[in-house]
Amino acid sequence: MTVDQISIFVENRPGCLADVTKIMADSQIDMRALSIAETPDFGILRAIVNDTEKTARILQEAGYIYSTTPVLAIAIADEPGSLYQVLAVLKEYNINLEYVYAFVTRKEDEAYMILRVADNDKAYEVLSSHHVKVLSQEDLNQL
Amino acid sequence: MENYFQPEIECASREQILAWQNERLVKTVRHVYKNVPYYRNLMEQKGVTPDDIHSVDDLHKLPFLTKDDLREAYPYGLLAMPLRDCVRIQSTSGTTGRRVVAFYTQHDIDLWDECCARAIVAAGGTKDDVVHVCYGYGLFTGGPGLNGGSHKVGSLTLPMSSGNTERQIQFMCDLGSTILCCTPSYAAYLGETIKEKGLKDKIKPKAGIFGAEAWSEEMRQDIQELLGIKAYDIYGLTEISGPGVSFECSAQTGMHINEDHFIAEIIDPNTGEVLPDGEKGELVFTSITKEAFPLIRYRTRDICVLTREKCSCGRTHVKMSKPMGRSDDMLIVKGVNVFPSQIETVLINKGYPANYQIIVTRENNSDKLEVQVEMVPEMFSDTMSQVAVKEKELVDALKSMLGIYAKVTLVAPKTIARSEGKAVRIIDQRNLY
Repeated sequence: MTVDQISIFVENRPGCLADVTKIMADSQIDMRALSIAETPDFGILRAIVNDTEKTARILQEAGYIYSTTPVLAIAIADEPGSLYQVLAVLKEYNINLEYVYAFVTRKEDEAYMILRVADNDKAYEVLSSHHVKVLSQEDLNQL
Repeated sequence: MENYFQPEIECASREQILAWQNERLVKTVRHVYKNVPYYRNLMEQKGVTPDDIHSVDDLHKLPFLTKDDLREAYPYGLLAMPLRDCVRIQSTSGTTGRRVVAFYTQHDIDLWDECCARAIVAAGGTKDDVVHVCYGYGLFTGGPGLNGGSHKVGSLTLPMSSGNTERQIQFMCDLGSTILCCTPSYAAYLGETIKEKGLKDKIKPKAGIFGAEAWSEEMRQDIQELLGIKAYDIYGLTEISGPGVSFECSAQTGMHINEDHFIAEIIDPNTGEVLPDGEKGELVFTSITKEAFPLIRYRTRDICVLTREKCSCGRTHVKMSKPMGRSDDMLIVKGVNVFPSQIETVLINKGYPANYQIIVTRENNSDKLEVQVEMVPEMFSDTMSQVAVKEKELVDALKSMLGIYAKVTLVAPKTIARSEGKAVRIIDQRNLY
């Protein structure tokens, strides 16, 4: 059970991030979560959006380089130590995280994490067997 | 007081020089026609035979050779002697990865060394000097050329090769180097480093012989001040022999071409027409004493001016200006020849678009090469490590093609301007010419 993440190549120059978010805004794309990895020359904007297909289409039309990747979204208790509990499980099973980012919503008791691993199926199995709440695309859209 | 390595040649009368040139040109054309089918074909296509060549006045009848010919004839096609008579190969990078190789008999090495010896003596070199050579050794002609010249002069030769600045400076201090031979940008870098370390009092160079890349008068002043020396320019190219084709004298107003070995012409690069002395155009060389790899009317692509005004140093050989540009798109970065077409080949092989930009800068007297490449979907990934792997592959492929490191900058698609006519591929911010 994965959710779709859209990753966009953005140059590390003033205005480039504004430009890409503008075309998303113009098409009424709502971003649930967002993270940016950067080098001195460029960045990778990673986002979970309300409509991945539409986002991909408008990025394509605007000539952006992007990719769509299945990633895991999990809910954890919004309290100290809860991230550690999840990571401890992944550690135990020797699952490497490529990257991870967090987001919160209007729901006050839960925080959410996006996990990027090499093997989604294995990570899903391990996490769900340890009672970690893994979200579907539908769950995410209803947040 | 001016010193000469071979005064009877370097200060010979114009009549004498012309007599040498006439005799040696006729001989070389016969030698090449007989032994190099590639050039004989070119002559036949032009309807000219050795019988048409009686003197330098007939030179214009002969066909040109270009770097493309060298590439096409690679490796042995322009060789004029049996390999068993050759003793050395030197090489330089060529376009699209194919190198240029030049062959030398012992006679050819001797005359090359002699040319470099003239340059060293013109810079004040004697048997009492310590000649510190930090040009690269190996296939590059810089190190071997000055090394051989220094031996001919009888100076104590330090074959340092390039790099390892700490050791260069230590040896300059400990072994008392008096004549420094390297690229001008490295000389400036050494000078800066010596100044930072407060070691200027510990070194005692009096002169430097700097070549293999373009440098300005301002840079000369900087180097002279930094190192407390007189800085002399030297010019050459592997195809013709190596450094020492021409060299500067005490006047520092151009480089004397060793006309007893090389005939220089200036042509209009578009029409091939020979231009009179004093006009700016492309420099063309004919080697008239080489055995293994004599090139006739070789187009250097360097733009410069020839002058025959009497020189205050007493030498009578024609002087060429510093190159003022190129008639092709070759760049010289860190003394290495770089062709945009080489970069293009790598990009296409690696699946990148052939729309790119090359940016050359000089920071702290050191050249920096940057290649801006447009990102393509195949190279993109959501993970930084994957993108980094692809980027490194490209950097490695460029290094292996060019021989020097180039920084790769990935930019968004279609951001490099598509020009309507000739593409602006090169942005050289060094202001060399």
